[in-house]
Amino acid sequence: MGGLQKKKYESGSATNYITRNSARKKLSLSLADFRRLCILKGIYPHEPKHKKKVNKGSTAPRTYYLLKDIRFLLHEPIVGKFREYKIFVRKLRKAYGKAEWTGVQRLRDNKPAYKLDHIIKERYPTFIDALRDIDDSLSMCFLFSTFARTGKCHVQTIQLCRRLSVEWMNYIITSRSLTKHPTDVDYRVMATFTELYTTLFGFVNFRLYQTLNLVYPPKLDGPGEASLRSGCDEDYALDSESYSEKLSALSASLARMVPVMEEEETQLDHFPAEGEDLEKMEAREKAELERDAQKKLFEGLKFFLNREVPRESLAFLIRCLGGQVSWDKSLCIGSTYDVTDETITHHIVDRPKIDKQYINRYYIQPQWVYDSLNAKMLLPVEEYFLGVTLPPHLSPFVEETEGDYVPPEKLKLLALQRGEKPQEEDEEEDDDDEEEEEDDDDDEQSEEDEEEEDEAKLMEIEEKRTKGKNLPVKVTPGKVKAENRTKAEQEEKAEEKRLAIMMMKKREKYLYEKIMFGKKRNIRDANKLAAKRKAHDEASKTDKKKKKKC
Amino acid sequence: MTMTTKVKLITRDSEESVFSGLEESGSDSDDDDDDDEEEEEEEDDVSGLKSSDVEEDKRTGEDVQLSSKDITEPQTDIKGSKDKKKKKKSSSEVKKDDESVTVTSQIIEGLKILSHVDEYEHDSSDEEDIRNTVGNIPMEWYKDYPHIGYDLDGKKIIKPIRNKDELDEFLDKMENPDYWRTVQDKMTGADIRLSDDQVELVRRLQQGKFGDVNFNEYEPAVEFFSNEVMIHPVTNRPQDKRSFIPSLIEKEKVGKLVHAIKMGWIKPRRPAETTPQYYDLWAKEDPNSILGRHKMHVPAPKMKLPGHEESYNPPPEYLMSEEERLAWEQLDPEDRKLSYLPQKFACLRAVPAYSRFIHERFERCLDLYLCPRQRKMRVNVNPEDLIPKLPKPKDLHPFPTTQSLVYLGHSSLIRSISVSPSGQWLVSGSDDCTVRFWEVSTARCLKTMEVGGAVKAVAWNPNPSVSLVAVSFDNTVLLLNPGLCDRLVSTSTDQLISSYEDPEESKDQQVQWTVSEGEDHEQGHRLTLKHPKAVRQVTWHGKGDYLACVMPDNTSNLQVVIHQVSKRRTQNPFRKSKGLVQCVSFHPIRPYFFVATQRYVRVYNLIKQELTKKLMTNCKWISSMAIHPGGDNLICGSYDCRLAWFDLDLSTKPYKVLRHHKKALRGVAYHRHYPLFASASDDGSVIVCHGMVYNDLLQNPLIVPVKVLKGHSVTQDLGVLDVTFHPTQPWVFSSGADGTGHQNVAGRNHASDVLLNMSL
Repeated sequence: MGGLQKKKYESGSATNYITRNSARKKLSLSLADFRRLCILKGIYPHEPKHKKKVNKGSTAPRTYYLLKDIRFLLHEPIVGKFREYKIFVRKLRKAYGKAEWTGVQRLRDNKPAYKLDHIIKERYPTFIDALRDIDDSLSMCFLFSTFARTGKCHVQTIQLCRRLSVEWMNYIITSRSLTKHPTDVDYRVMATFTELYTTLFGFVNFRLYQTLNLVYPPKLDGPGEASLRSGCDEDYALDSESYSEKLSALSASLARMVPVMEEEETQLDHFPAEGEDLEKMEAREKAELERDAQKKLFEGLKFFLNREVPRESLAFLIRCLGGQVSWDKSLCIGSTYDVTDETITHHIVDRPKIDKQYINRYYIQPQWVYDSLNAKMLLPVEEYFLGVTLPPHLSPFVEETEGDYVPPEKLKLLALQRGEKPQEEDEEEDDDDEEEEEDDDDDEQSEEDEEEEDEAKLMEIEEKRTKGKNLPVKVTPGKVKAENRTKAEQEEKAEEKRLAIMMMKKREKYLYEKIMFGKKRNIRDANKLAAKRKAHDEASKTDKKKKKKC
Repeated sequence: MTMTTKVKLITRDSEESVFSGLEESGSDSDDDDDDDEEEEEEEDDVSGLKSSDVEEDKRTGEDVQLSSKDITEPQTDIKGSKDKKKKKKSSSEVKKDDESVTVTSQIIEGLKILSHVDEYEHDSSDEEDIRNTVGNIPMEWYKDYPHIGYDLDGKKIIKPIRNKDELDEFLDKMENPDYWRTVQDKMTGADIRLSDDQVELVRRLQQGKFGDVNFNEYEPAVEFFSNEVMIHPVTNRPQDKRSFIPSLIEKEKVGKLVHAIKMGWIKPRRPAETTPQYYDLWAKEDPNSILGRHKMHVPAPKMKLPGHEESYNPPPEYLMSEEERLAWEQLDPEDRKLSYLPQKFACLRAVPAYSRFIHERFERCLDLYLCPRQRKMRVNVNPEDLIPKLPKPKDLHPFPTTQSLVYLGHSSLIRSISVSPSGQWLVSGSDDCTVRFWEVSTARCLKTMEVGGAVKAVAWNPNPSVSLVAVSFDNTVLLLNPGLCDRLVSTSTDQLISSYEDPEESKDQQVQWTVSEGEDHEQGHRLTLKHPKAVRQVTWHGKGDYLACVMPDNTSNLQVVIHQVSKRRTQNPFRKSKGLVQCVSFHPIRPYFFVATQRYVRVYNLIKQELTKKLMTNCKWISSMAIHPGGDNLICGSYDCRLAWFDLDLSTKPYKVLRHHKKALRGVAYHRHYPLFASASDDGSVIVCHGMVYNDLLQNPLIVPVKVLKGHSVTQDLGVLDVTFHPTQPWVFSSGADGTGHQNVAGRNHASDVLLNMSL
């Protein structure tokens, strides 16, 4: 045969992948820099399909990057910046060592800085892409904004994170687009991620503010800044600080670029788009209506937060749903009205009782707000009064598919959402139920008694007959075997299936067994939960009864 | 004191102006003297010439000291000194005039006034209490002595009598209104009451103020060296030479800087950023633009959102019970299904901060950049689709479905069964050393025959015109004539055996043939074949003349022997051992011979005496084998739970391997007419399968399991040991290790076919 013999591992997957260390060497970067670059550029290791082929026959565990990815990194301008920074640090150290203070100053003036704008643009070519990945950056920024200033990470980073998260919340409030409420750690890694995320987050915020026609960086609406500053804020430290505090208080609306006209409720006629049938459009319209209703869930309600409730989260929610909110003046800046305000409808308290109560408002626990949001409706407040044992708080993210366990509270909630009347479970009614149940029991018992009586009668008749004839041979009545057609059919089908499973190929059988195992496990879990709930309910019922007797 | 120093400072300036250029002002120790002189001079202005004379004297003294070199010429020296004195005096007078001009009169006046008024008033240095001459030493040194020092005359100063104890001290504190301003003089040991002025002074000093009430510390400073050019220079010192010559060091430094700038090492300060930190990055976005790397891009999966169990107030069923919690705690953190313990809090106020928040985020970060990603095709199949679509068993009737008869009688496990070619009789051989003959339709035991050992195999001669049963135990094979069938057949068989005549030359055979006589003959024994080794299996050729016996032994070539009953001849077909032979079988039509060793089945052509095929079974250890009546298909049961179906025309590899049994297979069998085959296993079940073989070579056999028959109980890990079909009916017989005494007839014929699954 002609041609050279083909050598192993010189083409195909062996050449498409590169190990981490060789990638690092190719880029001539230190491991830390390589990591940072990977984080910033979003390069991640790939798991080859045939590890042995890639690893040249060895099975040693290694992480592989795509060679294309690494080549792509080679042209990254930020790599040069990393090197510059390294040199800068070296020079600075040298200058410090030699005590050349002018040199130090000069170096500091020209400290190399890099921007991540182009990376953001490259990784998220469209705004939609950016929004798709915003969840991680949100979580990270909120985490960093809660960090103490302990020197683990830069104070500026913390402040920036705080600023951005406040801006985000302000945006959500203004746009009312809330749909669902959502030691041995290497802080360098997190800091690098945060660097990227803050940049991304900043740009996203800018864009979002722009879409809502808001001023970025955010400004408070209403009276000019000067008057705000000269207000009652002298107790707070600095003007600038008090302003950002005020912003983060989330109680005031934001300034718009173009003053809003009186919103006219123009009903635009929707025409079905091409290739979209009427049903779909109707469904969409319905969803839109629902969304609008949710936006106005707390419209017209006035909340007052007691000092022990989590202010920021609650204020955020209430404002998102269109309610008004205020708190004690000494708690935080930005309170808009006082406790004594007569128009307050809901007073949120998280303590067993409160001394001075006003008549014309509900005193409720904070869970009411969260549950109402999750249910997309104003829930009855009775279950959330002070000192009352709260109903369980359910996660809004769980969407039960068929076969999953659905807690009874959720069923109740779904019924409420459908508009059905809730089954009142007051103490008295409970009693009624029990009585009714007892009645039912009686009924059943009586029925059974009747049956027994019937049987007794038949026996008597039979006895009479047999006595009359006195036969020596005893004929016992044969039992009628009910031919259960459906059951037999089912059994037959089950057997057919069992036999067919015997004929499955090995691989398919494995897969089939795996799937069935998973299904069975789910069913088992659901059954377990249901059994637990039943036991709990019974136990609580007996407890109640005991208490009543005592 | 402070005030005087201030004065000193100011005066020294003037003094320097006076004496600069003439002589070095001397060390610091001279300063005070100078001050004194100066002040004296100033006094002179008022008091007259006398003091200046004194000063002159002093100066001469100094001069003498200075010019001690010129001792050689004392005369001239004195003269010179006098001259100098005069000069000096004149010059000093001149300078004084200068001074009075240069220094602003106002300052001088102020200074003078101050100095006149306060000169010695507070200077207590001269009026110090010098009764005690010990000097400035720590007075603790005199702690243990009765005296406190010495006076000027050198006599001891006795400590004042102080026998105050703490009580006295306390009383004093309570009663004496001046107690707070009383201090003890350490030098004399006496108590001193501070005056109001002194108290005030202490208070001022404590507050960090100047001791003097009148002193103004914020007086406007007088700038002597200012940018204003004065007519008279403040200092008349000539400029240094170095101030005219360009500095070499500076030149070097500048040169270095210039070089650095030229080389680009030093860059000008960067201009401040003018672009805002954030702007509309996606202003000109292209909705269709795709990232270059998107082809291989695997987006990171999103984190799971919290469920009900992560609520602070979950429904009660999500909370863990005590045992569950303990089990959870004992698990490794990696193995836990939930990474946290669901907890219930009475109110939102009691909920603590989430302690694992930072860890969780960190792990997410690690996942994002460290975790290798792979696109896994998730099999989203309906499990029902995986089940093969087979013809329904109810369309494949007839096949045995119901247990119909149980043949009870044996007391030990039954190794082998065989049905007569007519289908009327069944023979079974058991470990209790008996062979029993049964009537199939009634399960009646017609005959029981004792043999000399545990029966390993029984085989009914397939030829309907011969009534012979081969029974093997130990190393003997018995040929029996049960005498159950047609009398004609029975007598003809007997005649056939007795008509044998010994050939002329008797060959030396490995197997001894003996004819049974007497009682044995009465019982039905006809021929006894003594083998050199234990015989495990016997099988007849389809014509009923040849009988093959298996004596498994790995070491010798004598494993299989073929007997010809009519000629009472034995031959060993193999010269060489090819492994442990498990079972053998004749081809039903053609002159082929199948030998199953542990892993392979070899097919020999008996006429050509050569190996035609070697079938790879892929099994570990073959237990049994059966050949399709058509002769082109073969099934193999193995101890590793497999049943391999070979299509001999297709390949030497199995056409289909079934793993439908849970335990080792013990026997397999084909039905002679119906497309059925059955397998018996140690799991106590017999599985009947529909195995249709088509005449069309292109169409593969159809294999469908149709029935799982369970009736045998498993004893000592042995279940069903042998299985065989009725020659004409769709009935299957199976023999088990449970030998006797189990189920009775329990069958209801509810189907149209006659169904019979008989079990021993």
